[in-house]
Parts: sequence; structure tokens; C-alpha cells
Amino acid sequence: MTRPIAIMLTINAEPVTAMVESRLSLADFLRHQLRLTGTHVGCETGSCGACLVMQDGRVIHGCLTLAVQADGSAIQTIEGLSESGAIADLQAAFHERNALQCGFCTPGVLMTAQELLQLEGVPSREEIRDALSGNYCRCTGYQAIVDSIETTAQRRAVGEAEQPA
Amino acid sequence: MNKPLSRVDRPNSYIGKSLPRPNAKRLLAGRGRFVDDIQLPRMLHAAFARSPYAHARIVSIDVSAARAAPGVRRVVVGSDIAKLCMPWTGTLRHFKDMKSPPQSPLAIDTVVWAGQPVVAVLADSRAQAEDAVELIAINYEERDVVVGIDAALAPGATLVHDALGDNLAFQTTIENGAVATAFNDAAAVVEVDLRFGRHTPVTLEPRTLIADFEPGERALTVHHSTQTPYQFQDIYARHFGLDESRVRVIAPDIGGSFGMKLHVYPEDMAVVALSIIAERPVKYVADRGESFLNDIHLRDHRVRAKLALTQDGRFAGMRVQDDTAIGAFSAYPRTSAVEGNQVVRLMGAPYQLTNYRADLRVIFQNLPQTSQYRGVGHPIACAATERLVDLAAKKLGLDPFEIRRRNYVTDEMYPHTTATGYRFERLSLDQCLSKLHALMDYPALRAEQAQLREQGIHRGIGIATYVEITNPSPAFYGVGGAHISAQDGCVLKVTPSGDVQCAISVTEQGQGTETIIGQIVADQLGVDRERVRVLTGDTETTPHGGATWACRGAGIGGETALQATRKLRSNILEIAGAILQSRPDTLELADGKLIERETGTVRMNLGELAALVYFRSDTLPPDLKADLTVAQHFAPKGFPFAFTNGIHGSLVEVDVETGFIKLLKHWVVEDCGRIINPMLVDEQIRGGVVQGLGAALFEECLYNDAGQLMNGSMADYLVPMAGEIPDIVIAHVETPTLDTELGAKGCGEAGTSAASGAVLNAVNDALGPLQVQISQIPMTPQRILRALGTVQ
Amino acid sequence: MKAGDVAYFRAQSVSDAVAAFRSCEGDARYLAGGQSLLAAMNLRLLTPDLLIDIAHIDALRGIERRGGEIRIGALTRHAEILSSPIIASHVPLLAAAAPWVAHPAIRNKGTIGGSIAFADPASEFPAVALALNARIELDNGDSVRFVEAQDFFLDLYETAAEPGEILSAVWFPVATPDQRCTFDELARRRGDYAIVGVAIVADFSGEIVDRIRIVFFSVGSTPVRALRAEAALTGTALVDTDIELAQQALAGDLSPSDDVQVSAATRMHLASVLLRRQLGKLPVPTPKAVRA
Repeated sequence: MTRPIAIMLTINAEPVTAMVESRLSLADFLRHQLRLTGTHVGCETGSCGACLVMQDGRVIHGCLTLAVQADGSAIQTIEGLSESGAIADLQAAFHERNALQCGFCTPGVLMTAQELLQLEGVPSREEIRDALSGNYCRCTGYQAIVDSIETTAQRRAVGEAEQPA
Repeated sequence: MNKPLSRVDRPNSYIGKSLPRPNAKRLLAGRGRFVDDIQLPRMLHAAFARSPYAHARIVSIDVSAARAAPGVRRVVVGSDIAKLCMPWTGTLRHFKDMKSPPQSPLAIDTVVWAGQPVVAVLADSRAQAEDAVELIAINYEERDVVVGIDAALAPGATLVHDALGDNLAFQTTIENGAVATAFNDAAAVVEVDLRFGRHTPVTLEPRTLIADFEPGERALTVHHSTQTPYQFQDIYARHFGLDESRVRVIAPDIGGSFGMKLHVYPEDMAVVALSIIAERPVKYVADRGESFLNDIHLRDHRVRAKLALTQDGRFAGMRVQDDTAIGAFSAYPRTSAVEGNQVVRLMGAPYQLTNYRADLRVIFQNLPQTSQYRGVGHPIACAATERLVDLAAKKLGLDPFEIRRRNYVTDEMYPHTTATGYRFERLSLDQCLSKLHALMDYPALRAEQAQLREQGIHRGIGIATYVEITNPSPAFYGVGGAHISAQDGCVLKVTPSGDVQCAISVTEQGQGTETIIGQIVADQLGVDRERVRVLTGDTETTPHGGATWACRGAGIGGETALQATRKLRSNILEIAGAILQSRPDTLELADGKLIERETGTVRMNLGELAALVYFRSDTLPPDLKADLTVAQHFAPKGFPFAFTNGIHGSLVEVDVETGFIKLLKHWVVEDCGRIINPMLVDEQIRGGVVQGLGAALFEECLYNDAGQLMNGSMADYLVPMAGEIPDIVIAHVETPTLDTELGAKGCGEAGTSAASGAVLNAVNDALGPLQVQISQIPMTPQRILRALGTVQ
Repeated sequence: MKAGDVAYFRAQSVSDAVAAFRSCEGDARYLAGGQSLLAAMNLRLLTPDLLIDIAHIDALRGIERRGGEIRIGALTRHAEILSSPIIASHVPLLAAAAPWVAHPAIRNKGTIGGSIAFADPASEFPAVALALNARIELDNGDSVRFVEAQDFFLDLYETAAEPGEILSAVWFPVATPDQRCTFDELARRRGDYAIVGVAIVADFSGEIVDRIRIVFFSVGSTPVRALRAEAALTGTALVDTDIELAQQALAGDLSPSDDVQVSAATRMHLASVLLRRQLGKLPVPTPKAVRA
């Protein structure tokens, strides 16, 4: 067995140091070592999107990243995005529109949505569907998810327009 | 129509309102609690060595290297576990002469499908358990493999189980009326030979459980990603010889289920056995590859059917042959015969049809077992029937809407009994048809289709009517000897501050069970729904019941909650009458307050009443029965099933050069009786539709002749993703059942039931002008090109 | 499934990485984005002994113009290719292909160096590299050499890179004003590996094709140039009859095999349809618009 490796990184704006096996995925590290269980594991091959987290501001698969690779980077999980209030409007839109059922895909879907919404302009429904192409949801049929992201984009656009210059 | 449910117009009229789910906020914040999120002290992790062959004899097993591997605590073979676990058999008495051999957690002498577990390893981590599995040496002697339906039934066929004598698990014939005469006298006959691809549920959360055996009390707690905890309590107690009172099954948040998580899997039983052996908690999470190999499969059917027609476009008779391959074992405890049984009983169901014969054959093969999953047989019966109806329309030159209208069971025929013996209380076939016609703007679609065809664009429009079985009575499983409850239980409790806790046996998988139960309780009691907390999914804290299967949560669970609430309300008014020195029938409960019925004057809060009951019982009259906890059970007693109905419309565009199909739009008009929460019904329908669209275009487990799955990953097995799915328009007709006060029926399977049939008809409508048709789903580009004769 | 036990080394320089590779007695692999490698490891299809993380080597980064070429550092992520104005204006074929690569989260992590070094015959970037005959820069820690894309892809997952050599950059020729390109693929779902895809680049003199390179992917063990079809089209104005001849010639260019989902005949047919449709789009290049 190879020896565990020490890593230091920032998770949800808090510094974390840990010893990890080099084969340990970031998703399993977050879930089982740090107990941040909002990140889910659905396929371990980058096909389902349940494990998406943000690394240095970009959405990535927690299953296709090793914990050791994340050494020195800044990770945001659903717990962090929630508690910072950054996606409160998105979460509210999902809640009102019932854009989730079992909720297993939801943290990953919210990651994709948040990255998309940080781009300029209001995405079309087709662009939203395209952005979600790596997020598998077996329950909703996707339409409510698309609706909620569209609603949030419109609300944010209006909100920004109303901000004093 | 049932009488209105709300006695006075008040702020708590929740039934019929689109309200968001209180429990969704937790999931949105990443604070769900799924089974794999749970870690118990000293918990071990299981992994399995699995058969690489679809059929082989186990010659020898060497686990010595695995035992010595780092972190390994136990390595267990089939005979070790067989001592602890009574085998199970997937047959039921009402399927006459059905056979299936007893099944054990781990294979002992022979393996009969590729992926069958043979050896279990327990280690400190899952990775270490998998490392050790790689060190296990198993020698197999390969045997001939049987995969195809015809090969399995051929004389001299290889047998999946030698002891059974043949590969036929079950067969049945249904016959009604004068079928031969109907076909002899027919003005025309249309026929289909349809093939349905075997697919698999692919819930995003895989099967997961933690078994925690406590040897001192011989108590077993299982945290189980299942929709039916009570059923598993019964099964674990019986098969492991434990006291049922000491077996607790907890189903926390469940990441998708759809019927897949109510069957007994070998790994479930193995993990319980391992916990008993190790006397420590044991966790098992199926990985995605294991899920493809071992989750139930479904819909592997070939349906050959004929429809006899009269000159004036009426259906004179129908003949059906359904052959379905179910894998190596019939599933337990529901069997693998139910899907085929429902196909042959639902064919032709919406139509006036007396002369009917169907033959069903349920066949073993060296593949994973198939069994019940969302829609159970409905999509197959619907697609086959509706394909026949469209062919009949074409043959007779009738519009698809017209031929259906001409043949539907009509309003004055209810209650109606079908040729297969199903009894319909009341359906709304004509209303749904008319509503769909308007909703789609059918004439405009046809005009647009004609115009685009001139430009070489091939659009197709398809419709499909479904009839859905919901609210099942014990006629479904109980009569066959299965310990599967058709009733549900509810315990309601008022807390001292006037909140309400509702423990109920129907379970939540995200469809909104807890929400609608909360709506019913709050509405019927007259309290704010924020003050009602619904508890589900724990055999130790909720009453015994059927939980979630076959579309019953709203219809049966909802009625249970309604009756429990009325009982509680009556108790509260009784107590209030005593306290307030008024007649109970002059009082009313609204918005958590006791008011005078006539004047609306507030007399006291529910919390004040509860506080008196709990803390100052000395102030109450001595003979007052002050019960603020009530229990209620309810089982359907009228019609054996509450049938629902509806109709789907599909608009597609077929690229006839590439064979690619684009789904442009989908419409559903459905009637699930009383609607408790329209938004949740709509989202159930949409999710169900998309599962049907997956079946229509994408999903299929591809096996080779050696019984090896060729596409067992999410990159190769194609589930529908957001980009391929159109928006879905939904409308409702409401025909409540009169069997219950609530009047609700199920809606969970309505989406899946007709979506694939509607798309099949739409694609064939698009291909019509090219004089070809397709008779197989999923309709892949290659199959379209083959149908067109473009490629061989 | 969980990945097998493996050692990990984070390299700070190419020579550092190559030294680690050479001193490893077992199977060592370079790890960049890891989007293919880690997926294969999670299935235990690959069980290397050592992972050498090259993602922190600055020399492997950057997109810049060098004379008539654009040098794209190996660690450039697919998402950066999508959003790079330099690539959009000078390597439009690569820009057109990028949105077809997998899904947003994969594009955020996957690198062009990894994609080309992995040489998946169903991947978009190897096909683009071959169509533009990009130069592949290989660094062995001591020296750098270049291999043209047409000599680089040898067989299934097999390239001209020597063991230990690091693919350090890809050099694409700058598109000329008379050049047109097009890219398309037929995939069952958005982001899936294509059943068949094509990348085409052509130099025109007025209406006439001077030179054309047509590369199909997902049709064999490497990306495949359709040389006969190219010959049929060179010197033509791409009128319907020319295109028909090219479609006929395709039978001599491609020899796809059957797989579990799609037969060779279907692939051949789809390749032919795709060729005709894309040639029809050549005169007016329309790179796919994408938000990135």
C-alpha cells in the first residue's frame, strides 16, 4: 500500500489539511473523510453529474479528480454555496417550481446552473438544456429544472438592471 | 362527483393547490440523508466477486490470498451464508403452475447470469474490499448459454435450471367471447409483431444498504434505500429467523426508485448475513457497473397481435401472443410474471372489445431477472394496442382520433368489465380525447405536417390512449400468498403546543408523498400545513402498510390520512365541547383555532386545548375520552383497482437520411381523479413521460449470445438527457373514484404508460408516406435506416 | 468501483516528470486533466503504479501565436479553447469542434494535450489535429521534437510518442483568408461520443478547391483521412456531381467495423451523408455558436 499524502486546500472558504490515499477521489474525500455528503456519487465515470463541485471557480467532476490533485486549490461544495447565500435565489426557484424530486442529482444540477448563470446574458432554453447535457436526472424530466434556471436568469438580469450604476 | 371536501371556505383549503414540498429545501441545500451518507461505528464495507459467465458450474474457489489482503475482515462463500438465510422463491399461488427455483444470496454450485455474486468480502474500506476481490480465484466450467426467447423454448434447448425440466416459468391463456368467429367474419384484419428492448431503471442513487446486527438482543437494523420498508422487515425476519419486533428497516432519503428498489436482491440478503456473521454494521453500495448487471431489468417482450375490424371501423376481436424473457430467476416477492400478466390483461382495455384471446409465455434465460418497474406492462400493452389502432385507421381511411372515438368504452357503459375481467368504475376517454385534440391544435399540426412534407421534412404525429391500474387491493399480491400489504396505516398525534405529527406507512422517494399527506391532514383538520409534520419510512415509528408500489400513495395513503384526520378532528371537537361547555357539532376547527360554526367566533387555540389535555387533565370532566392520538388503517374495499386513463400526443421529426429522430413536443391529458397538488401531479407525469421517451428512443440493455452485457456503463447505455427531451404540455380531467372520500387515484405511471406508444405511432406516421414502418423500440437511427431499406 | 492502489507524484517541471517516469519500475502514467485516465482507473480498466501529475508545470500552458502557427500548451483546457479569441480567429476548425467535446464540467478539466496524447479515435481534437496537420510537440526532458499529426496517430490509443515523452504543445497552422472549414458529428445525445464525425478544411481559389483535407472520426482505430474523397474534390467547385463522386470514393477511404450499437454499413452510410451535408456548408463557414 502506498503511504497517505498530506494535502492542504480550502473547502467552502475554510482551510483544510488532511492525509489522503492517493487513489481517493475528491468526491469520496469530501463525502467520507470530511462528511460533506451533499456531493453525491452516481457513476464514477463522469457521465451523470451527481458529483459536481467547484474547483477554483470552475465546475468539475469530483469523481474524476483525485483528492491529491486538489491540493492547494479552493473547492466549493453544495454546502458552501448554500451557506454563503450565493445560490439562494436559484434554490428558491427550484423549490417553488418543484424542480427536484428525489434530490440526488440536485446538488450537481445547481453547480451547472450556477456556472451557466455567471455568464453574461440570459441563456435560451436550448442553451440551458445544452449546459445540462452532463447532468442526469431520472425523476423530473428536466423541464422544471430548465424553467427554474430560466426564471433565475431573468430575475438576476432584472435585478442587475435595477442596480444603481 | 364526490361532494366538496372542505366544509367551510377557510384558510386551510389545501386539497387541489399547487404547493411546494417542505422537504425539498433540505435536498436543495445538500442536506439530504441518503443511506451512503450514514457512517456507523466499526462499519465494514462489502464487495462481491461475481460470475464472469452467464452459465457455469463452480469447480473451486480459493480465497486464501483475499483473506490475507490488507484491511480484510471476512471472506464468505455461498455455503457459509446458506446456513443463515432461508432461500426464497419467486412464485405466487394465483399464477397457477408457476415455477422458479429457490434462490440463495451467493451462488453455491452453479451461476446462471453474468454478474451473479459468488463470494463476499468484508473490509475496512470499499477500496480494500475490491482489492481483495481481485485476489479471489474461482474456477468455472462453462456451460451453454440460453439468451433468446425462441432459443429458450426450442425443443432440446439448454436449460437455465436442469431441475425445472424446461425454460417456461409460467404460461396462461385468457379467452373471452367468440374470437375465431370475429376473425372469420372480419372485414379487415391488421397485425403487429413488436419487439420491446430490455431496459433497466438506472436510478441515480444506486441500491444501497447498511445492515447492523446487534447480537445481544438479536436485533437487526437495516438502513435501506428501498420504497417498501415493511416488506423488508417481514422478509428479513422470516428468512433469517429473527423476531419481527426486533427487525427495524429505515428508508431515509431515497435517490430514485420507480419500482426497482422493492425487489429482494441477493446482495441485500448477503449483507444482512454478513452483519450477523461479523456482528458489525456492513455497508454495501452497488456501483454503476453492478447496477447495470444486477438491478432488475424490464420490458423484454415480443408481442404479436391481431385486430379484427368491421366494415364501419369497429373492433370485432383481438388476438395477442406475448412472450417475455425474465432472466434466470423470477423476482421475489412479486415474481417476474406480473409484467406479462398485465400486458395480456391491458391490451385493448380502453375499447369496446368482447372477443379476445391472449396467450402469455414467461421464459427463463441466462440473464439478470426482470421485474416490476414504473408502468409494469402498461407501456407494452399500450404501444401494441395503439399501434394496431393506428394501422386499423390507416387501413380503413379513418383519422386516428375518429377511430378511437368510435371504439372507446362510452360513458353510459360504466361500470364496465373488460374482456380480460378488469372492472372500470368510470373513465373519461372521450373527454380526454377531445381535450387533447384541442390542446395539440391537431388540425393545425396536420396542415403544418403536409406543408413541410412538400419541403422534404418528415414530421409525424402520434397519439396513444392508456388505462392505468392504481389503488390496488389485495387482489394484486395478497391473494397469491405474498406478504405485501394493500392497506396503509396512519397515526396522528397532536403535540402539547397544537402541532400535528403524522406517522404514515406510505413512503417518499421525491414524488411528494409527505407533502400531499400534509396537505390532506392540514386541510381536513383545519390547521396551517406548516404545523403538520409527516413522518415516513421507518418500521419502528410508523404503522405497517404497503408503502410505495403500483401507484397507491395518494389514493390509499391519502384516504388513510383523511380518515385518520376526521377521527382526530372528531376527538378534538368532543374535547373542545367539554371544555367550552358547547355541543361539539356547533364547533369547528379552522386555522388551528376552535371557532363557533355559526358565528366564526374564536373560542380557543388548538394548542390551548392540547395543553389542557396533557398538563391539566384534572380540569377535564372525568368521563371525557381525551385522545389526541388516533390510529387509522384503510384498504380499498370497492373495486379491486381504481383505473385511471388519459392520452398522449407526440410530435416528431425524422431525418430520413440519417435515421435520427427529434422529439419536438409531447402532450398529455390525464385523469387521476381528485388532484391533491396539481404541480406535483404534473411533475410526476413529466418525469414518467421522459422515462417512456427513453424507452422509445434510447434505452436498451444489449446482450450478446454469450449472455454478456455489451453496454453496461452510463456512456454506453443511453438514458434521456436534457438536450434530447422536449417540453411537455399537460392538461387534466378529474373523475374522482367514489370508492373513497378523497376520490384520488394514482398518477405515477401515467407518464410512462403511453409515451413510448405515442412516439412509436408518431414515427410511423412520419414514415408513412415512404411506405415503411418500424416495429421495434428503442427506435435507433440504425433501426430507422433499416426500416427504410437504406442499410441492411 | 474504486481505483486500485497507486502512487502519486506532482511534477514541477518536464524534466522532473520525465525523471519520475524513468525511475518508475512499474506502469507510470502522466496525469493532466485526468478525464479519461481517472474514469478508466475507476473501472479498474487501468491500474497504473504511479501517476505523475503534470498539471502544475507552467511551461505546458498558454496559447500564443508563433509565426504562422498557434502554439497551444498541452494543459490548455477545452473550455479555454472554446473561449479563446486567438483560436476563434486563427484556428476556427478547432473552435468549431470544441463545443462537441463532452459536457461543460469535462471541458473545464480536460486538456488538449491529454486528448491528443490519449488518441481516442472517437474524440474530436485528434481529428482536428489531423485535418490541419498540426505539429505535435514532444518533450523528453532533455530535448523537444515535433511530429506531424499525420504521423502521430498510429493505432488504437497508440501514438508516435516514445515512452516517457510528454506531449507539451500542439502547433496549429494559422487559417488563411481563402480557407474554409467545417465540423460536424452525429451523436445520439448531446456530448456523447459520435457515431461518426467529420472535420473538413479546404483552400479555395475563388470557387475552386485547391486543396482539401477531410478527416473522419469514430470510424476506425485512429482518425482517418479520406484521401480518395479529397482527390475527387480537388480542383472542383463542389457542385453536386463532384460531391457524389466524393461520396462514392469514401468507400475506398473508410473501413469501419461493426460495434454493438452500430453496424459498419450504417456508419459508412452516415459518413457519406455527413460528407455531403458538410461539403454543402463549406462555402459559408458557420462555427457553432456557444456560450463559454
